[in-house]
Amino acid sequence: MVIQALSFYMFAAITVAAGVMVIASRNPVYSVLYLILAFFNAAGLFVLLGAEFLAMILVVVYVGAVAVLFLFVVMMLDINFVQLREGFLQYLPIGGLIGVILLIELGLVAGTWLLGPEVTAVAAVPILPADQVSNTEAIGRVMYTKYVYLFQASGLVLLVAMIGAIVLTLRQREGVRKQSIAAQNARRREDVVATVKVPTGGGV
Amino acid sequence: MEATTLVLMPAIPEIFLACAGMALLMVGVFIGDRSLRLVSWLAVGSFVITAALLYVFTGWGGRELAFGGLFVADSFALFAKLFILLGSAVAIILSMDYLEREHTVRFEYPILILFATLGMMMMVSANSLISLYVGLELQSLALYVLAAIRRDTIRSTEAGLKYFVLGALSSGMLLYGSSMIYGFTGSVDFTVLANSLAGDEVSVGLIVGIVFLSVGLAFKVSAVPFHMWTPDVYEGAPTPVTALFASAPKFAAVVLFCRVMVEPFGNIVDQWQQIIVLISIGSMVLGALAAINQTNIKRLMAYSSIGHMGYALIGLAAGSEIGIRGVLIYMAIYIVMNLGTFAIILCMRHQGRMVEGISDLAGLSKTHPMMAVALTIFMFSMAGIPPLAGFFGKLYVFLAAIEAQLYTLAVIGVVSSVVGAFYYLRIVKLMYFDEPVEILDRPIPREMGAVITISGLFTLLFFLWPAPILNAAAQAAASLFAG
Repeated sequence: MVIQALSFYMFAAITVAAGVMVIASRNPVYSVLYLILAFFNAAGLFVLLGAEFLAMILVVVYVGAVAVLFLFVVMMLDINFVQLREGFLQYLPIGGLIGVILLIELGLVAGTWLLGPEVTAVAAVPILPADQVSNTEAIGRVMYTKYVYLFQASGLVLLVAMIGAIVLTLRQREGVRKQSIAAQNARRREDVVATVKVPTGGGV
Repeated sequence: MEATTLVLMPAIPEIFLACAGMALLMVGVFIGDRSLRLVSWLAVGSFVITAALLYVFTGWGGRELAFGGLFVADSFALFAKLFILLGSAVAIILSMDYLEREHTVRFEYPILILFATLGMMMMVSANSLISLYVGLELQSLALYVLAAIRRDTIRSTEAGLKYFVLGALSSGMLLYGSSMIYGFTGSVDFTVLANSLAGDEVSVGLIVGIVFLSVGLAFKVSAVPFHMWTPDVYEGAPTPVTALFASAPKFAAVVLFCRVMVEPFGNIVDQWQQIIVLISIGSMVLGALAAINQTNIKRLMAYSSIGHMGYALIGLAAGSEIGIRGVLIYMAIYIVMNLGTFAIILCMRHQGRMVEGISDLAGLSKTHPMMAVALTIFMFSMAGIPPLAGFFGKLYVFLAAIEAQLYTLAVIGVVSSVVGAFYYLRIVKLMYFDEPVEILDRPIPREMGAVITISGLFTLLFFLWPAPILNAAAQAAASLFAG
C-alpha cells in the first residue's frame, strides 16, 4: 500500500510539474518534451488504477504519434514564439484574475463535494469484475456492443477529418511526370520493338 | 456474456445518410471534380430519401430508443430533422452556381455538408452526453473545413481557423461540464439523469457542470457573450457556406440546447433559468445595437442571427412546453427567411464579381423590382412586422415568456426588436429611395429565383394557413416533455 501511495504521489507530482513546464518553458521544443513526460506519468497513473490497456495506448498513441507530430510541426514551422508571447504581460492581470476566480470556484466545489446516495446506484456497471476478464477484453466487450453507436460515429468523425485534410491541403501540381503502372504493364513487345534489316554500311 | 439485440430501426434514416455519404464519396473520387453538380443533386436526393425514411421509421407521436439508449427518435427530433434537411438541401442548391463561378469546384463540398447534416441529426437525437458530443463534433469538424474551403483566399482560411480554434475551445468547455455532471450524478444518460435529479437537493458541482455545458452550447448557437466568432466567420466564409451556417446548424444547436436543458435537467429549471435569461437578453440587445453601423451585409446578417438566437432562447428560458413550442416555431420561420435572404445576397454580383456592401443594394427597386420586393418581405418579417411570418415567431416566444412570468425578458425583447427594426428598415429605404450606384447583374440563376420565390411566398402567406407548423411544433414540444 505504501509503495502504491508513494508511486501515486510521484507520478501525480511529476505530471503536474511537467504540465506547468509545458506552458512555462521558453523553447517550444522543450514544451513538447515536457508534454511527453506528462503523458508518461499519466500512463503510470493508469497502471496504478489497474487500467494497463489505457496506459499502453496512451504511450503508443500520444507519445508515439501525437507528440512526435507536434515536434515535427514545431521544428518545421518557422514561428516566432517570442513575438507570440509579447502580449503576455499585458494580459497577465485579467488572465490572473480569471484564474483566481476559477481557483476559488474549484475550491468551493471541492469543499461541498456531495455525492447523492443514488449516484453509486445509477453508475453503469456493464463490465464484469476484474478477476474474470482482463481490462482489454472488458473494453472490447462494451465498445463493440453497448457503445457501437459511438464507435461508428467516431469513425465518421475521423472520416470527415480525413476528407478535410485532403480538401485543405492536397494540390494537383502541373507538369509532374507520374509513373503509369497500368500503361507500363500493358506494353507489348510488338508495339515498341521493331526489327529492322540494316544494309551493310548503310546505317539505320 | 448474454446476447442482447441491438435496436437499429429508429436510426435507419441516419444509417442511410451515412452510407449515402460514403457512396457519394466514391462517385466523386471516380469522376473527379467535374461531378460537382451530379454529387450535389445526389446529396439533395439522399436528403429527400432520408426525410421519407424519417416519416416511415419514426412518424409522429412515437418515442423510440436505439443503440442501447444512446439515440432517441421522437417527434421533437423529427421536427428538427426535417428542417435541418431542408436547410442543408437548400444550402447545397444555392452553392452550385457560386462554386462554379468562383473556381472552387470541389466535389467534397456537398459531401461535407452531408456529413455535417448527419452530425446535426445525431445531435438532435442524442440521448446521452457522449452521443451529444460525438454528433456535435461531426457537425463542427465538417463546418470548419467548409469555412476554409476557398483555401487560396486569406479571408476564408482565416474564418476557418478562427472558427476551428474557438470551436475547439467551446468543445473543451462542453466536455469539462459533461465530466462534472458525470462525476456528480454517476451517469451520462439523459433518462437516468432526469430520474436521479428528481430530488430537491442539487450539488454545487452539478451546477458548475451545467454552467460549463451551457457555455459550450451557447458558443454553438452564438449567443452573447460567446458570439465573438460569428461576425468574422460569417464575413470571411464563402457566402453559400455562411447561408448554411446561419440556417441548419443554428437550428440543430438550438434544438439540442432545448433537449439538454429540458430532458435531463427539467426538474431543476430554476437552477439554469437565469443563465438562459441572461444570455437571451444579452443576445437580443447586442444583436439590435451592434448591427446598426455595419456596412457589410454578411456581417449584418451575423449580428441579426445573434439577435434571433436571443429571441429563440426566450422560449427556452420559459422552460415550459409552450416555450419550447415557441422556440420550434421561431426557428422554423427563421430558417426559411434566412435562406431566402442569403439567396438574394448570393445574387448580388456586379460585373460577375460578388459584392457584399449594404450600399450596393441602393436603388434595387429600379433595377431588380422582384428581388427588391422579396428582400423587403424578408426584412419586414425579420423585424417582426405583422402579418408576416417573423411576427408569429416572436409572438409565440413572447407569449411563453409572459406565461412563465418573465415580464422583464418579454419587455426587453419587444424593445430590442423595435431597435432592431431600424436596420432592417434601413435596407428597405436604401432599395426604394436611393439612386442605384452599381447595377447588379441580371439575370439571376434559376435555382436562386426558385428559392427566393418559395421562401418569400412562405414568409408572406404564412398567416393564412399556419396550422400545420403550429400543430407539428406543439406535438414536438409535447413529446420532449413526455420523454
